[in-house]
Amino acid sequence: MQVTPKERLEGMAPNLRILIVDANQIRAAIIEEGLREAGYDQLIRVTATTGLVAAIETHDPDVVVIDLEDPSRDALADMFLVSRHVRRPITMFVDQSDLASIEAAVEAGVSAYIVDGLKKERMQPILQTCISRFNAFRKLREELEEARSQLEDRKIIDRAKGIVMRLKGLSEDEAYALMRRTAMNEKRKLVDIAHSLITAAEMLK
Amino acid sequence: MTTLHLRVGFMPLVDCALVVLAKDEGFAEAEGLNLELVREVSWSNLRDKLNVRLFDAAHMLGPAAIAATLGIGGVKAPMAAPMALNRDGAAITLSLRRFEELSRLAEGDLSDTAVSARALAAMVARRSASGLPPLTFAAVFGFSTHTYLLGEWLEKAGLRLGEDIRFEVVPPPQTVEALASGRIDGFCAGAPWNSAAVAAGIGAMVHASVDLRRNCHDKVLAWRADDVQKRPAAVSKLGAAILKASAWACRPENVSRMAYHLSAPDRLALPAELIERILHGELLQGDDRPTRRIGQFIRFDREALRPDPDDADWVLAGMERAGQVVATPQMRDAAREVLLSASFGSILASIGDQPIV
Repeated sequence: MQVTPKERLEGMAPNLRILIVDANQIRAAIIEEGLREAGYDQLIRVTATTGLVAAIETHDPDVVVIDLEDPSRDALADMFLVSRHVRRPITMFVDQSDLASIEAAVEAGVSAYIVDGLKKERMQPILQTCISRFNAFRKLREELEEARSQLEDRKIIDRAKGIVMRLKGLSEDEAYALMRRTAMNEKRKLVDIAHSLITAAEMLK
Repeated sequence: MTTLHLRVGFMPLVDCALVVLAKDEGFAEAEGLNLELVREVSWSNLRDKLNVRLFDAAHMLGPAAIAATLGIGGVKAPMAAPMALNRDGAAITLSLRRFEELSRLAEGDLSDTAVSARALAAMVARRSASGLPPLTFAAVFGFSTHTYLLGEWLEKAGLRLGEDIRFEVVPPPQTVEALASGRIDGFCAGAPWNSAAVAAGIGAMVHASVDLRRNCHDKVLAWRADDVQKRPAAVSKLGAAILKASAWACRPENVSRMAYHLSAPDRLALPAELIERILHGELLQGDDRPTRRIGQFIRFDREALRPDPDDADWVLAGMERAGQVVATPQMRDAAREVLLSASFGSILASIGDQPIV
């Protein structure tokens, strides 16, 4: 019988409490889902960093995963340094023997803290899951941004086309062809030409 | 001349000025550098990104560079500082309410750090006697000039930071909000965040860092320790650009342009007037007191940029007082080696007789 990755992991992975700190709720959900799929089921999500100390005291996590761009990282580091705030000493996960995965983590924008004594090997799959989920989220956001800006460009080009059609008495295709030709001749983007046309038309109103 | 691309991370503070000017006034470009500046949200990020070479160099708290080099705080990332980026420029601000209490309790001139510290001790004793929660002070990072300055001030009245007064870390741009919300009672931070809290009408400045210590170690230009050996040309070129920026910044006629550069949305994103006043050494005090004028409130001159290994001793003493480390002689040697005075000498030599414009 085929063993799914999930089943294989279930034998070794669980029983680690993971606290996910991320102000971005969507990304936090994506990370949680990734970790759950990898067989971790003790997951706590925190979005507001103001309640972080209380959350750590209550949940006593083995691992804390935090967005690298969260300004509270410095406060978190200090809290862990002064261990009387937390029951068990926690340190940032930096495995000097595996610089590549640390680089991947920083580049992806995630950092992780682990309780003292947790084996490095147990941390690696968690970190890998978080890295791939962070990267997936970034790709998703970039695609969304691109789609949004394409839509914006399209609206601007359409408006400019309307102006050209009205002023020069051209058909839609002719107006579009003229704008494209101008853009190519001037080595500018079509949307820039469209912007100029709209600005000019507004000035001459 | 081939162009060398360098990425340098910084935190939004007035003391990042020389790095900003090296770019914005064209000193880096003149050295054949294409300087890319990246604003960061935490000192931890600056350290980690420098460590994995996402940054070539970073605007860094001297104590943070020493802590990372020694591996205190769990992360070992050896760094070296061929030059400092400023000296002095920090201040301690309390919420208006706590400042009024402090004024009432002061026996003598509050501008005397011993008098203010005794008044603080009286406040701490009163709170404890009436069962009120302890005061909370913040600094911008655990391993910072600011933590150790607070420690020095408190020590004058026999108080200990972290014991008699709670200690918290709050990133510089969040100090004003933390003070306003009552989460903290006071903080020590670099400019312009003290003036920002006073201007917002929620805080009063008690002391400038120069009241406690003149010529105080603060930010450095940190590189990975191995890069200082491996990339002497990059270190020297960026160093030369910063020295030229320093000479430019010290000319009074350039101050308002300097403030303008720092105020930009991708730099400090704060009003230029607020920054300019600080550069002129005009400090808002709050609580209906007049603006205080301090000669050389923050130093950017060439002598201020020379790394001094003796500063490492002060940093380690501060770390010990704060209970962050028990220093060994080996640690002291390693800490002193972070502040590379020899390297600064060769950067100075590299600009040699070049006129500084």
